[in-house]
Amino acid sequence: MKITRAEVEHVGRLARLALTDKELDSLTHEMDAILDYVEQLKALNTDGIVPTAHAVPMENAFRTDEIKTSFTPEQALSNAPDAAESAFRVRRVIE
Amino acid sequence: MTQRYETVIGLEVHVQLTTNTKIFCGCSTEFGQTPNSQTCPVCLALPGALPVLNQKAVELAIRTGLATNCQIAPRSIFARKNYFYPDLPKGYQISQFELPVCEHGWLDIDLENGERKRIGITRAHMEEDAGKLIHGETVETSSNSLVDLNRACTPLLEIVSEPDMRSADEAIDYLKKLHQIVVYLGVCDGNLEEGSFRCDANISVRPWGQEELGTRAELKNINSFRFIKQAIEYEVERQIDLIEDGGKVIQETRLFDSNSGMTRSMRGKEDAHDYRYFPDPDLVPLVISPEWIEEVRATLPELPEAKRTRFVEELGLTTYDAGVLAADRELADYFDACVTLAKDAKGCANWIMGEVLRKLKETDTAIADTPVTPERLTDLLARIADDTISGKIAKTVFEKMWQNDQTVDQIIEKEGLKQVTDTEEIEGLINEVIAANPDQVAEYLGGKDKLIGFFVGKVMQASQGKANPGMVNQLLKTKLKG
Repeated sequence: MKITRAEVEHVGRLARLALTDKELDSLTHEMDAILDYVEQLKALNTDGIVPTAHAVPMENAFRTDEIKTSFTPEQALSNAPDAAESAFRVRRVIE
Repeated sequence: MTQRYETVIGLEVHVQLTTNTKIFCGCSTEFGQTPNSQTCPVCLALPGALPVLNQKAVELAIRTGLATNCQIAPRSIFARKNYFYPDLPKGYQISQFELPVCEHGWLDIDLENGERKRIGITRAHMEEDAGKLIHGETVETSSNSLVDLNRACTPLLEIVSEPDMRSADEAIDYLKKLHQIVVYLGVCDGNLEEGSFRCDANISVRPWGQEELGTRAELKNINSFRFIKQAIEYEVERQIDLIEDGGKVIQETRLFDSNSGMTRSMRGKEDAHDYRYFPDPDLVPLVISPEWIEEVRATLPELPEAKRTRFVEELGLTTYDAGVLAADRELADYFDACVTLAKDAKGCANWIMGEVLRKLKETDTAIADTPVTPERLTDLLARIADDTISGKIAKTVFEKMWQNDQTVDQIIEKEGLKQVTDTEEIEGLINEVIAANPDQVAEYLGGKDKLIGFFVGKVMQASQGKANPGMVNQLLKTKLKG
């Protein structure tokens, strides 16, 4: 086993996913299969190879420091499940 | 008890970079605007939006790195730092992890005992700020937090020090020095209250002589130098008490409450710091050429420390005066402009540190807005130097100069403040004073030399301050003896 059920549960909690027992079982199985597949890479000799951060050979995509038009607060909040006082409204996060 | 333990402090400072726009999109970074009026698909994390790096933010990061003796990485990458919190719409913060833009720097601080101590800078990395949470205060919102994403995606440079500081005072010295440098460089506005310069402190204690570091607690987001000092001192005491009572310090984040002066635990360790960093596939590597670094280096201003040294060694100021004048870049520029015009560095320093600073404070004016420009101030000093007015009268002229834009000579002329250097005129005043105070004259002649001050005062008063004090003194002595 490359990954335990407890690890899947932990990662699920970090992502705030409410996983049922059944989902946990199937996800553990599926993720294990993925990791098993990726394991094949270990057969390669990677001595002296720099860790790859990007597959595309490209660097330095910049923008200049110029102000562009932003959304209005109404536009910004138009997808929000809840809003108040020109802000997104969520459950209180501190006591 | 404190003496049995050594305090170890490392600091993480978040410096908000002075760009006009956010680090990965074109929204304005202006402070204090209507909530959510500075957002777009990128900083709201709408699906499909692509972040693009602000080149100016990179330049400011290089600037800061060079001024803090860092090596600028020829190649660095951006990483996703994953955590779940409502102030972070993407569910991750774009930051740098394995390859930060600056590494291996240092700053020297001056200790109270006159020694100099080098504080290592581990790294400085670029990242985006999170949004702001307002915890509802009205009846309607009391069970809510309100999210304002104007600040989300604002460019930050997080400067991480080595755990090299051994007291709250050393930590404050380091912070003030770093603050002065970033403001001098123009990379940060330095406003602690608005959160442009924020400090997290990692604090631990260990028995003297122990090599291994103690378990540290992290103090978050303290927004004044005074509170940082208080918070560190409280936290050190707390940890020592805990250990003395047989307890153990646990690694955690703590908040400082400025009302009680105490720190308290903020959140449990369970899912904190499980950030699962990985390279952000949306952002290509950042490559900084030696040419770019040299281009930025060429624009660095003279830093406070170099200025202080120059003021002492080349202009002959005291260490104290040099320190005050070099502390603020605009004040130092003002002083330099005066010295260029007047040559008399000591005289300029005295006037700036006396009258100019007093008046700026009194009228709550910034040095950049002073009505008495270097040209006008040095004109005034010239009139003292050539004996047109005394130093005392000059202060009266200075007050007038603050109120209107007449020239120094116009003011002296109009107010009739020209110094009286005419021997006969001064002698006339002396005669009047002597005639009016026969008792004091008798006492003086009886050997009470100190009374000369009384007579000088009377004559100066009679001349409305305009008589040349040197002449008055000399003529008085002759007259009284005669």
